[in-house]
Amino acid sequence: MNAQDDQQTGWFGRLKSGLSKSSSKLTAGIAAIFKSRKLDAAALEELEDLLITADLGVATAALLTANLARDRFDKDVGDDEVRTALAANIAELLSPVARPLVIDRGHQPHVVMFVGVNGSGKTTTIGKMAQHYRAQGLTVMLAAADTFRAAAIEQLQIWGQRVGVPVVARAHGADSAAVAYEALARAQAENIDLLLIDTAGRLQNKTELMDELAKVVRVLGKQNPEAPHDRILVLDGTVGQNAHSQVQAFSELTDITGLVVTKLDGSARGGVVVSLTERFGLPIHAIGVGEAVADLDAFVADDFARNLMGLDQA
Amino acid sequence: MFDGLTGRLGDVFDRLKRRGALKEGDVNAALREVRVALLEADVALDVVKSFIDKVRERAVGQDVLRSVTPGQQVVKIVHDSLVEMLGAEPEGLNLSATPPVAILMVGLQGGGKTTTTAKLARRLVSRERKKVMMASLDIYRPAAREQLRILGEQNDIQTLPINDGEAPASIAKRAMTAARLQGFDVVFLDTAGRTSIDEAMMAEAVAVRDVVQPVETLLVADAMTGQDAVNTARNFNDRVGLTGIVLTRVDGDARGGAALSMRAVTGRPIKALGIGEKIDEIEDFHPERIAGRILGMGDVVSLVEKAVENIEQDEAERLAQRMQKGQFDLEDMLSQLRQLKKMGGLGGVMGMLPGIGKIQKQMNAANVDESMIKRQEAIILSMTRAERRNVKLLNASRKRRVASGSGTSVPEINRLVKQYMEMAKAMKKIGKRGGLGSLFGGGSGGGMPPLGGGGPGGSIPGLGGGGLPGLGSGGLPPGFPGKR
Repeated sequence: MNAQDDQQTGWFGRLKSGLSKSSSKLTAGIAAIFKSRKLDAAALEELEDLLITADLGVATAALLTANLARDRFDKDVGDDEVRTALAANIAELLSPVARPLVIDRGHQPHVVMFVGVNGSGKTTTIGKMAQHYRAQGLTVMLAAADTFRAAAIEQLQIWGQRVGVPVVARAHGADSAAVAYEALARAQAENIDLLLIDTAGRLQNKTELMDELAKVVRVLGKQNPEAPHDRILVLDGTVGQNAHSQVQAFSELTDITGLVVTKLDGSARGGVVVSLTERFGLPIHAIGVGEAVADLDAFVADDFARNLMGLDQA
Repeated sequence: MFDGLTGRLGDVFDRLKRRGALKEGDVNAALREVRVALLEADVALDVVKSFIDKVRERAVGQDVLRSVTPGQQVVKIVHDSLVEMLGAEPEGLNLSATPPVAILMVGLQGGGKTTTTAKLARRLVSRERKKVMMASLDIYRPAAREQLRILGEQNDIQTLPINDGEAPASIAKRAMTAARLQGFDVVFLDTAGRTSIDEAMMAEAVAVRDVVQPVETLLVADAMTGQDAVNTARNFNDRVGLTGIVLTRVDGDARGGAALSMRAVTGRPIKALGIGEKIDEIEDFHPERIAGRILGMGDVVSLVEKAVENIEQDEAERLAQRMQKGQFDLEDMLSQLRQLKKMGGLGGVMGMLPGIGKIQKQMNAANVDESMIKRQEAIILSMTRAERRNVKLLNASRKRRVASGSGTSVPEINRLVKQYMEMAKAMKKIGKRGGLGSLFGGGSGGGMPPLGGGGPGGSIPGLGGGGLPGLGSGGLPPGFPGKR
């Protein structure tokens, strides 16, 4: 997608082009089920299956179809009606969690720590966020506390140069808690508004690595009991039901305050967001729908739901 | 990995096992559960459907109805079908072409391509003594080429020098030329992550493919991938043409249904599994093992191998002999705790054992903590030799000493003593039966004979009814640390 398209369609267009593949398949599926047909048990089961293929999960798919069946069971329904009803249902579920990240400049700095499994897009998300808040006139600093992955520090430094914000880093293999500590001290001294801390990716079932993350939080808390003010889990939108395990494990460790869902520009449907919301109710601060700096956007429940169901913006 | 699926199918088949003769309705009931379990494990819907149909066709027939143990029969059919779907035989990398042989690595962003590239390259260097070069074609993600260069440096693998401002196809061409001139056997080409619906990026991958004519084009995919795995795999296969799949993050707790999906839609073999962050944490794919794990029969083969690797044979024999005699003191418990730790902790061992899914849940519920193993180790180490051999010596003042020495508390020591007593009691019983020495003790010679003969029917000698020593009724093994 080129820049001109971006300007014409805005983020909804980008999201839609990202989601279109999945939506169109879902749409075609629903249309096939409901071309003037009774909403009977067989139709409901097929509908449930379709929602499952969007990664909504077995339980949430059952819940949504049950909601649909309550009013419309055994009635003739058109596929548009089904889609609209489902989208409304999903939007209703999602709208309470569509909350952008709120930066309190009074914190000086407001500290946000990013956690997640390997390859979920933490560093890229930080780069995009740095750009976003810098454009709003905030002073931003980045901390390269991923000292494990080869070239992770360099990757963040390049983002720092691109966006024009300082990056606190130590050598590869350094103690990540020490990097975070130093960054917070520097941010305090330099009256920085927003400190974004990158951490190494880790699988949620690796105890030692999770302990190491707990140490970063602890060390920050020694300098400022309220820090980190936000602990964001970066979730890969292509991930299936394992997202539940991720949210649960990271929440137990650091009390996650919100989610960013990435990689929604591919063919993945991100439907797991719906069942995650039903279960955890965590705020969704933003979604990543591409690789360009501008491709991080606020999460809008209605748009997301309608897109997922292949409907146009209301 | 695959824990949940194991648990779910375990429930279903438990039910089947408990009924005698199996009716057609039972098969259908079981298959409904199998279907949901597979869906929850992120196996793609289409794949689930065709799998279920295949199993039903085989199961609802004379074999099952006539067989003596119908439950086992169904387990076997499901197992065999899974193995078949996963690919019957493990396949390695194909290097049979005129060197330099090109291996193209493709996949979504963050799937683990660069790490996998280095792991595979390292394996070819150290195992097969190949001269291997790696080249990064990722000119998009900041420091991506730097990442591969560093990995090469750390692991003694040549990388192509980085020139800025070069297009991926040109880099690929330069890599092949350099490899040819310098006599390299294999060239790994690590491409940028791309979504399979990004036309421009897919065209770029095709251009690279046409330049290097790869013998292997490997899709690197995350074991956590959801239903989209089918689309990704199908699109990459259609556009670029795959020869194999590498599944990464198998060391996570994802159920890994993506493995089945991608294999099914592309027909390409899964050639390796990434099982950790370290350079050597990659292994060959064994469909039998994965299928066995899915079905709750446990990854017995892996367990045995891991046990043989990790347990010092002498120690194992010593322990086994002592247990045969019903002897078991705190030093034995200490060495068991240590072996347990080496084998990847409770989680690592439990995940590989059949029917343990449920117990694992109970353990989680009971707050069984891996760090407790460390604490218990510390407690025992703070005791004198005499105390370890004769726990009765521990009076109140000795316990206080041990507590302060180990940084724990007297109640914790009491708990350990109690667990030890229960464990010793269980060991004594086993000694009398002369059966399973100890799960971790093994026997003489062949490593772990008590576990070796597990057939697909799920009845592993010695593990059948009571499970592990002390694992039976109460769920929690008395010897394992637990907080109440």
